[in-house]
Order: sequence, then C-alpha cells, then structure tokens
Amino acid sequence: MTLLTDEVVAKVHPTKLRGWAFWSAMSMLALLGAAIVFLIVAFLLSESFPLIAQGGPIRFFTDEGWWPRDASFNMTPMVLASLYLTIGALVVATPLSLAISLVTTFKAPARLAHVLHNLVELSAAVPTVVYGLWGVSSIVPIVNIWSPPGASLLAGVLIVALMIIPTITVLTQSALQTVPTAYVQGATALGVSTSQTLLRIVIPAARQGIFSAMVLGAARAIGETMVVLMVCGNIVQVPTSLFDPVRALTANIALEMPYAMGDHRASLFVAGLLMLLLVSALVAVGEWVGMRQRKMIS
Amino acid sequence: MRRFHVFGFDVRDFVWTFVMYGLTLTAVAMLLWPLLTVFGNGLQVLSWDFLLASPEDAGRSGGIAPILVSTLGIVLVSLTAALPLAFGVAVMLTEGFNPAGWPATILRCSLDILAGIPSVVFGLFGLSLFCRQLELGYSILAGGLTLACMILPTLARSLAFSLESAGVAHRAGGAALGLSKQSVLWHVMVPVALPGICAGVVLALTRALAETAVLLFTSGYSDRMPESVLDSGRSVSVHIYDLSTNVPGGTPNAYGSALALLLLLALLSFTVHALTRWMQRRMTGNTTRSL
Repeated sequence: MTLLTDEVVAKVHPTKLRGWAFWSAMSMLALLGAAIVFLIVAFLLSESFPLIAQGGPIRFFTDEGWWPRDASFNMTPMVLASLYLTIGALVVATPLSLAISLVTTFKAPARLAHVLHNLVELSAAVPTVVYGLWGVSSIVPIVNIWSPPGASLLAGVLIVALMIIPTITVLTQSALQTVPTAYVQGATALGVSTSQTLLRIVIPAARQGIFSAMVLGAARAIGETMVVLMVCGNIVQVPTSLFDPVRALTANIALEMPYAMGDHRASLFVAGLLMLLLVSALVAVGEWVGMRQRKMIS
Repeated sequence: MRRFHVFGFDVRDFVWTFVMYGLTLTAVAMLLWPLLTVFGNGLQVLSWDFLLASPEDAGRSGGIAPILVSTLGIVLVSLTAALPLAFGVAVMLTEGFNPAGWPATILRCSLDILAGIPSVVFGLFGLSLFCRQLELGYSILAGGLTLACMILPTLARSLAFSLESAGVAHRAGGAALGLSKQSVLWHVMVPVALPGICAGVVLALTRALAETAVLLFTSGYSDRMPESVLDSGRSVSVHIYDLSTNVPGGTPNAYGSALALLLLLALLSFTVHALTRWMQRRMTGNTTRSL
C-alpha cells in the first residue's frame, strides 16, 4: 500500500511523459516517411492533370509526333525505344548472369566463387554515369566503325545489359541457393551428369526466382536514365535497325526538363507518371513471383 | 536417359560445361572492361593537384575541388534529412507497430514502392516541390532533400534490419529489469546495433554519391565553389556527365573524376564490410568464437 508514495509517482510521471513524447515523435517521423510516396504521386498527378484532361490519355499515343511546341505530344517512339532497350538488355544479360550464377553456386571452387562474387558486387556499386562515360568513349566508337553514327540502340542495349548483369546475378544466385541440396545429391547419385543436373533439375526448380530476377532487372533497365541519355543518340524516332539512334522516355525527361514550360512541362510529368506506373508494376510482379519461389522451396 | 558418349566421354556434358564457362568468361570480361578503362585513363589525370584545384576552361583543365565540396554538401544535406525519418520508420516498424497490423503494412508497402521509383521521377518531384513550390531554386539544399527521399528506403530498411538483429534477448533482458520500451531502445538496442546502423548510413551514402539523374535538374550545374547550401552546386557525377557529353575534349578529366568517385565508393564499401563484420561478431558474441 505504501508503494505509491508521492516520491514514486513523481519519478514515474516524467518517464511516462518522456515515453509519450518519444513515441509520438517517432510516429510523426514514420508518418512523414510513409507520406513521401503519396506526395510524389500527388505532385506528378497535379502537374500532369491539366494536359491529360485536355485530350484524354490516348492523345499521347495518337498525336502526329513529338513536337511539344506545337502541342503535339506523341510518346510512342520513346516508349518503344525504352521497351526495345529493356528487352535487348534482358536478352543479352540473362544468359550471362545465369552462367555466372551457376558457376559460382555449383561449379567453381570456393575461392574463385568468392572472387567472382566480389567482382559482381563491385560492379553493382559503380555509378551509372561511369558506365555512360565508358560507353561514350569505348563502345560508341567501336559501333561507329561498324555502322555510323555509333550512338545507337545497340550501344544502349550493350551498356544497359552490362549495368543490369549484377542485379540479375545477385537475385539469381539467391534463387539457386533455395534449391534443396537433396535434389542435386539425388541426381548425382543416379549418375546424371553435372550439366544435365543444372539444366534439367536446378534451373526448373529455381525458374520462378530466375524469372523474378529478370523482371526486377527489367525494372532497373527501363528506369535507367544516364546511360541511355549518353549513348543512344537522342533522336526521337521508331528504330528500324539496331544501329538507329533512339531517345528513351527517361532520357527525354532529363533532356527537356531544364527548359520545358507550360504544356510541354506537363507532358514530361505525364512521361514520369507512365514511368512510375511501368516500374511499379514490374517490381510488384517481380517481388510476387520471387516470394512464391521462396515459399515453394521452404 | 540417353547419353552422347564417344569413347566413354560424355560429349553433351562437355559442350554444356564449355558454353557455361564461356558465357561466364564473357561476362567477367564485360564487367572488368569498364573498370580497367576507368583505372587506366583515370590514373593519368588523378593527383592531389587535380583534387585541390578549381576547374578551368569548362573543366577541360584544372581540378575538381569545388565539385567535391558541392558533392559533400549535397550528401550531408541528404543524410541529415533522411536519417531522422529513417530512424523513425525503422523504430516504428521494429518496436512500435504490431508487425502484422495495417499501419506496419502500409509503411512497408510505401517503402517498397519508394525503392522502386526510377531516379528521374525523383528528379521531377524534387524540381516541382523543392525548387519551385518551396522556392529553393537550383541549389545544394534542393538536390540534397530530393536525394534524401531517394535514399530513405535503403536507409530505413538497413536500420530496421540492424535493430531487428540486435535480438530478442537484449529486448527481453531490458524489459525484465523494468526499463520502459523507449529506454530499452535508446540505451540497449541502439548501442548494440550501432555498427549495423553505421553500415546502413555508409551504404546510403554510396547510393547518394552514385546518383546523377536526380541532381541534373535539382542542384544545378555551377562549377564554382559554393558559399552556402542555397547556392547551385555540381556533384561529381553531374561533372562526369557534363564533361563527357557537353564539353568536347573533356573526356580525360571526366575519367579522372570517375576514378576519384570510384575510389571514394570503394573506400566506403570497405567501411561497410568492416562494420558489418564487427556487427556480426558483436551479435554472435566472442564466447562462441573462442570455443
């Protein structure tokens, strides 16, 4: 009964007060952190809404061309350029990433695997602008010898592929690691050769994880700005060959934003909104499939 | 299973293995090529003078001192803004909210979406909110605040992870001694998780240093020495972009700047690794190691 003396109460109260202050401060900070996404979407919508309201969203694919000064905003060539770049980069990067992942996970001796792993991690940390610089001064001149002007869809595909190899490799490695060792041991015990074990047992067992790695790699490729801005030539056109210069949607935003005004500016926010939707959809699909892989195995 | 044997030698296995190693070699060569090019070309330019001099002739000659200062300013602003937010998010995710409840779910989802947003979209947002609405113009402050939004998910995730891995035992021990939740957090969990928290901060720092697209139209192009955070300032990455595309003959110095940036990133990554190892040792305890 004598426990709750005035002294004790006086000691307890400041603590409670401090606790209340602490937790409300933390909640406010967390709320602000969560609000940023909504702020971004709100700003993109409010900046692009006037233009979307003018002619409906279809106009961005049916206008005569990309002549923003004459209020003609056809983004089809740039959307196609972004898609071609992404698909091309995936086609180049996936086999290479899969090979590195298989070698490091199943074949290479531990020390070599460690070295390869470090190389991949190091490459993942290289800023994209450095890849762009290297592309401009090394790859573009080589493509130029082959077929001028050099700054082209092909150069973009190669460098974006290089850029997403680390992403796809790391994710594929973790997908391969979810394959139970018993599968590999069983196959070996049955006398199946190593390559057949990998092709017929390991890859099918990890296929969802590999697919998820590809989709997340695609999300990175399509959102990439600096490389495509620097090595693709930046001409608005639907490419007819790999050697045509193209302008990707992201590169267009970066090129025109510094001077765009009025409806032109709004059209770039529409492009940003489109980009946000595309990338979010890809990430959602990738994460969902990746989660199924982890659940399926464990 | 059918097999393709020639004199007892499995041809199919050999061909597949050959293809796999061939592809791996190609990939390794592709990954090494840019790194070696940057090292080879950068070493010819990089020196103390290059780091300490001002750029001249649009960056073709001279050094990158003001650009390093602007970069430092941008990165510091972004960390200062992002760290409290990330700490709040991490604390609420690990200690505050019920992990299965709807506030935690919304918070986690919003972080996931934020992590996926392409950097050019962050640039648009920063230009619209910080440069125009809040009238900060093209400045180090605007660029840093935009970058803060971009690194928030990375930072919050690694802080939450290190607080989580600080373990149930510490939390339970603190609670058993009658400490309040916030005292346990502040006096037990944070000190224990400190190496992990530092590693997260350095990781976020590397992301911020590597970023270009966001800064192109938020922090501006000026290559003079900035006098305050409201001045326009050019980050190293923007400098590399500008030299390689807009300045004919700027490539050698672009390589010098790229090498400086890569070495800085390598140093920071090394720090992350060291801190992570320290964290792991701390978590597993020295007793298990001595056994």
